[in-house]
Amino acid sequence: MLEIRDLHKSYPIGDSHLHVLKGIDLSVEDGEMVAIMGSSGSGKSTLLNIIGMLDHADSGEYILDGLPIKDLTEKKAALYRNKFLGFIFQSFNLINYKNALENVALPLYYQGMKRKERQEKALFHLGKVGLTDWAHHLPKELSGGQNQRVAIARALAANPKLLLADEPTGALDMNTSYEIMEFIQQLNDEGKTILMVTHEDDIAHMCKRIVRLRDGVIMEDTKIDQVRAKKHV
Amino acid sequence: MFDLDLWREIFQSIIKNRTRGLLSGFTVAFAISLFTILFGIANGLENTFDQFFVQTADNALYVYSGRTSKPYKGLQVDRSVFLYNKDIDYIKNEFKDKIEYITPKISRNFQVSWSNKKGSYFILGVQPDAQHIEKVKIKDGRFVNLNDVKNHNKVIAIGRLIEEDLFGKESALGQYINAEGINYKVVGVFTDNGGDSQERLAYVPVTTIQHIYLSKDFIEEINITYNKKMSSDEALTFGSDLTKKMKQRKDVAPTDQRAIRVNNMALQTKGIETMTWGLRVLIFIIGLGTLIAGIVGISNIMIFIVKERTKEIGIRKALGASPRSIVSIILMESVLVTALAGYIGLLIGIGVLEWVGPSLKDYFITDPQVHPNIVISATLILIMAGTLAGFLPAKRASKIKPIIALRDG
Repeated sequence: MLEIRDLHKSYPIGDSHLHVLKGIDLSVEDGEMVAIMGSSGSGKSTLLNIIGMLDHADSGEYILDGLPIKDLTEKKAALYRNKFLGFIFQSFNLINYKNALENVALPLYYQGMKRKERQEKALFHLGKVGLTDWAHHLPKELSGGQNQRVAIARALAANPKLLLADEPTGALDMNTSYEIMEFIQQLNDEGKTILMVTHEDDIAHMCKRIVRLRDGVIMEDTKIDQVRAKKHV
Repeated sequence: MFDLDLWREIFQSIIKNRTRGLLSGFTVAFAISLFTILFGIANGLENTFDQFFVQTADNALYVYSGRTSKPYKGLQVDRSVFLYNKDIDYIKNEFKDKIEYITPKISRNFQVSWSNKKGSYFILGVQPDAQHIEKVKIKDGRFVNLNDVKNHNKVIAIGRLIEEDLFGKESALGQYINAEGINYKVVGVFTDNGGDSQERLAYVPVTTIQHIYLSKDFIEEINITYNKKMSSDEALTFGSDLTKKMKQRKDVAPTDQRAIRVNNMALQTKGIETMTWGLRVLIFIIGLGTLIAGIVGISNIMIFIVKERTKEIGIRKALGASPRSIVSIILMESVLVTALAGYIGLLIGIGVLEWVGPSLKDYFITDPQVHPNIVISATLILIMAGTLAGFLPAKRASKIKPIIALRDG
């Protein structure tokens, strides 16, 4: 599914450079659920952004589903993001003047899908996260957990190959966090490949594999026994 | 290509972000209505000017006579000086092709009646050239002609409003109207752009008035238009030559300012030209000023809007929006709002002009109007400015990496 070899990335800071990723090798198989951990500044978000084509690496290889991701134009990156990737953010990043249904339908709009089809599909995915009744509510009328579920539905709507989550539970209380994790585990059970950045141990242990980053290199990469979130809810 | 979905997105964005739309809309509407009103008022001023001086030809010259204020050649002070028909022939001979048209003029205020209707009007005794000097346009029939002058015919050419006053909807042509007991045949009806008072005049042959009311062939004034090919300086020289020759002919002291007076419109024309020019410059500055204010306003707002939408842009990009679709959604929104607001501003501006326009006549503002084309161009300029001002930030925003736009905070 995902193949990364010797990935480097540095940011200019004044006259010098901050070397954030110093040769990352990572390979993720179909159906995996990987937690990327590390203290702040370890490069975990940068790695996720590069995987998400929101940022590009200085050197190294990145192959997504057999497709080398290199020298993308803005337009091409937009197309690939839309086709292959689903994003879940810490702060949900829903468009505040669009209701839940419209937010979920937005990636489908950029796929060029017809309005009617778009709405049916969006409603279906909202149903999957249990928010059919809230379809016409604005983000400000929903709780944090509900908003994150809308965001998950949105990430799923375009049927992406890979789901990227950046601290998906960072803005939620513990109960809601577990609720969201339960959804994400369920998606993984259905076969979705998931990559998640987190700094919370309990959340990381709900994945199937933990990759620990420190100072831009992978320190540890272990498969673990998944803790089911359902037990905590 | 019409993309219904794109328009839906734009409309939703406008409707759901009312403050933003109102803010930019207000700026544009305000600028355009102000532009319309100021431009209209400036046009109104110019209209007043035009109307004021369109009454008679602007190359006109009037010769009047009065009493002498100085003794000359053994003649007494306070002697009456008169003008006669033969003075016309003299001027014609003396100045030849410097003269375009020339006519004597005698005016009388008469009670005029037809059937049971009557009114008091100024009747002017003239020669045929008066038609051109007074800028009279014949509506029906003809003006006083040379034959009428030669034979002292009792014919009359009346203004449109006299016909309306006395004849209502009927035609006056061929009818006989009575002026102080004398019947005149209406041979023509005319219109005049110089305003209502000019259409309540009537013209008769000068000889007819002289024959009926005066013992001699006195005339009250001589109206001349000089050859338009002359420059205003040449026209001024012509005026002073004429004055000098007339004073000589009438034995009036060269320094006597009262016995022979020549009113040369060339003097005023020169002044009017400068003033009209000044007015045009003023109009231009006003228009430019309001437009620049509008451009600055809409530009600021566009920059603000793009800044405000940065996060939304980041989200859309993460979800697969191409940079082009980002730029187009922002610009289309601004063009739509600007165009709509510009139209509203135009309506407000024209509405205000229509509403207060008539009451501004006292302030020398006549019929303040703006040609829609000018306002539409102004709106287009604002749309272009808004697009340009929005384009750069929108372009930059579309290039922002989504991670930066989405950075939590």
